[in-house]
Amino acid sequence: MNVVALFKLVPDLVEELEIDQSGTALNTDFLRLIINELDDHAIEQAILLKERSGARMTVIGSDAEGADDVLYTAVAKGADQLIKLMGDPNAVINNHAMARATAIVLKELQPDLILTGVQAHNDLDGSIGPLVAEYLGMPYVGYVSGVNVQNGRIVVRKEYPGGLIAEMEVDLPAVVGIQSAEQPPRYVTVNKVRQAMKTAAIEERPLPALDVSGGAAIRRMFKPESATRAKMIEGSTEEVTARLLDIFKEIGAL
Amino acid sequence: MVTTEVTERSFYEKVLEATPRGEQLRICLECGNCSGICPFGYLMTYPPSRLIAMLRADRFNKVLETDTVWMCVSCYACTAVCPSKIPLTFGLMTSVKEELLLAGNVPPELQTALANSQRYGNPQGESPRKRADWAKDIRPEVTVMAQAKRPVDVLWFVGDYPSYHPRVQSTTKAVAKVLNALGVDFGILGPDESSDGDSQRLAGERGLFEILVGKNGKTFSKYQFNKIITTDPHAFNAIKNEYPQLGISYPVQHYTEYLTERLDQLKPLLKHEVKAKVTYHDPCYLGRANGVFDPPRTLLGAIPGVELVEMAHNHANSLCCGGGGGGMWLDGFQWEKAHVRMSDWRVREAMTSGANILAVACPYETPRFEDAVKSMNGGGQLIVRDIAELLAESIG
Ligand code: SF4
Ligand code: SF4
Repeated sequence: MNVVALFKLVPDLVEELEIDQSGTALNTDFLRLIINELDDHAIEQAILLKERSGARMTVIGSDAEGADDVLYTAVAKGADQLIKLMGDPNAVINNHAMARATAIVLKELQPDLILTGVQAHNDLDGSIGPLVAEYLGMPYVGYVSGVNVQNGRIVVRKEYPGGLIAEMEVDLPAVVGIQSAEQPPRYVTVNKVRQAMKTAAIEERPLPALDVSGGAAIRRMFKPESATRAKMIEGSTEEVTARLLDIFKEIGAL
Repeated sequence: MVTTEVTERSFYEKVLEATPRGEQLRICLECGNCSGICPFGYLMTYPPSRLIAMLRADRFNKVLETDTVWMCVSCYACTAVCPSKIPLTFGLMTSVKEELLLAGNVPPELQTALANSQRYGNPQGESPRKRADWAKDIRPEVTVMAQAKRPVDVLWFVGDYPSYHPRVQSTTKAVAKVLNALGVDFGILGPDESSDGDSQRLAGERGLFEILVGKNGKTFSKYQFNKIITTDPHAFNAIKNEYPQLGISYPVQHYTEYLTERLDQLKPLLKHEVKAKVTYHDPCYLGRANGVFDPPRTLLGAIPGVELVEMAHNHANSLCCGGGGGGMWLDGFQWEKAHVRMSDWRVREAMTSGANILAVACPYETPRFEDAVKSMNGGGQLIVRDIAELLAESIG
């Protein structure tokens, strides 16, 4: 079985975000990128699958600062093949474009299963999983927190609000959006990653031409602005309650 | 499931390689002193002496299937009592933790601290850019080396918890106040500083330690200063004993040593009485591991009004606060196994001593002991203060 894990690098929120002069993008001077946390879970889930059922595992991400670290760390954890898509890293804020381009590379690899984080904090035009599934004509299940291979299909555990969990069978090939792996992403020691760097090779592939249609265009980027819409109601408990009831009636809530 | 097969020979060689005097493992008497004195030995499937027995029986793979070695907080008590002088804490225990890390047998909370140290240069995962934010309101302004571009007499290695932990920051500010009162020409590294790495090393992450040492070494070499001082006994231990092995050698002192040398100048500044019975807790890496017992007591004795009393365990016999060797990042794991905190035991001793202030000299200790005080019956009476805070209070 061929399993592919997709990852993207997103702005690290440990450093405060600043908006650049154009007002439509982040200032990259102090911006640091970090693997999207849920993509890290997708990699972990793929490694668990490999350990359990001997899958062959490929990790794909696009070129950006820190991408090599993610790839080498993945190989130190057990990944077999590393692919870095070379091209304009700014394109990652358009998931439609990235999904189309990644789908072209994926078609060649013919994976049985594609895992990716169910969302990222900088998704502007929907998450990437369903888009990839659409362009590849594969089924998609998102918000998954466990995957098992059974008789050539997968059984996924999907979380619903209210503490409900469903188990569903999915035909392969399929795309799965990971909410969390069955265990937290493992830590690999610095020495193990260093060793991996010496022996593993990152395949660099050109990012296919980007078709950005369907994505979002940013008109203005700004920090949450404070506004004064809250009304403080003063008075005794009775007065406040009476006024509250009036307001509820006025707005049609009662 | 752990599949790594480690034979006694290869593991023995690793310990040999990683530690000076590692070959001494061969002369263990199996006296059991180490396991007896170990504060969490009673919870370990394989405390030090049993670990050595397992090595000798070529059954180290059994050890890798257990996780109770993670109860070790590198307190140095076993090493201090071993009649054969076997390097147990930084040799055996640390090497076993290294093997557990390689086998992926690591509590998740520790993984987070290690990953943070690697990425941000501090285990808390704080922004490296904010490392000097604590100093913003200090006057006269604290010199940050990268901005000042001039030599200083003393380079103050501030450390992770003193830089970021809200409670420990008040100790850090007190130190700045004392140094300023003495007119010391000092500078800090701010965003240039990385974690000293000692606790990561003792938690088994040697490679990470080397990266952090490399970063700090490079930073040190950029600036001119005569010596390093630090409030953190872990940083002190690393810079004094471990950095030189990696080719980075600078004279370093714990701030209690530095201030004691300047007692004549300091004494006239200590004007205000601190009327209290004070007991002093010897930090493992200041006392037991590095033999600095007197300077902290000398400083406390110099504060007018202070009456010093000793706890039952003092000097080399001090009880650990539980924060070393990764303990700072294993609270949840250790609580699940022990349902008690080491700091509880120490705070109880401090209360029994009749002291109203528990004085400390390590940034791990203030928050750990204060937490214990809060959760202990009658503990509310006990105040926890770093020696630097008491000095600053007396300066007024
Ligand atoms: S104290 Fe030293 S000699 Fe005694 S059992 Fe422990 S390691 Fe061996
Ligand atoms: S260093 Fe301390 S906690 Fe670790 S084994 Fe020795 S006595 Fe026990």
